Amino acid sequence: MSFSIKKQGEICVVDVEGQLIVGNRQELKQKVLDELEKGEKKFLIDFSQTGYIDSSGLGVLVSLSKKIREQGGELRLANLNDDLKTLFELTKLDTLFQIADTRERALESF
Amino acid sequence: MTAADESGERRRDAHVRVAFDRLIPSDVREIEPIVEQVTRECQGLELSARQCALNVPVALTEALSNAILRGNRGIRDKRVRVRAVVSDHALVLEVADEGAGFDLDACTIDPTSPGSLEREDGRGLFLMRSLMDRVERYESDALNVVRLTLNRT
Repeated sequence: MSFSIKKQGEICVVDVEGQLIVGNRQELKQKVLDELEKGEKKFLIDFSQTGYIDSSGLGVLVSLSKKIREQGGELRLANLNDDLKTLFELTKLDTLFQIADTRERALESF
Repeated sequence: MTAADESGERRRDAHVRVAFDRLIPSDVREIEPIVEQVTRECQGLELSARQCALNVPVALTEALSNAILRGNRGIRDKRVRVRAVVSDHALVLEVADEGAGFDLDACTIDPTSPGSLEREDGRGLFLMRSLMDRVERYESDALNVVRLTLNRT
């Protein structure tokens, strides 16, 4: 699993490759918090290459969402496959996050 | 469920095999490779693609995470046993730790209630119970066991 962050205009795009679970969630959290500390405000997390997410991974997304909002920023999610959508629907986190079907739509939504 | 209940249940099910049985140290880095191996075993069990890609890996990750971090308190020398038992009717995953156990119902919260939606924790047991057909907790040989049952469709 790995996380990569690229700037696309003024938006930080994070790709999550593999699983987002208890063993690696801190790595994602720290990478995003480092960018937030540098003054970045707009974040998009793209799950097109993600396998599954556990409760710890969901918890990190909730935590990042709060921290980004506290700094006046915005977080969007994109490219959840049907299984991941089910996970967000089960936990009702689909009501908490702005989720776009594609990366392009998410980028346009900022 | 008691051990007697368990053996009785097994006797009624003619085709039961242990597909996976491993002891691992209490280290969260052990979770992903174990889940991958168990998920591979699930291929060809007439489970749906969703059950193989979502239900099994997420529920098993939650059970292992609980066993390692809560049951064994992250003490690496304490062991977690993972078993996958396949019968004609179900896939049964058992995760055993050396902890004192817990009350499954009392510890399960509803993270979808308005006051809990922005909680960062507390979704693990809820997910296990949402993604499996049955979740049980019992003690066996001084171990705390969580048993996850997924019916084969």
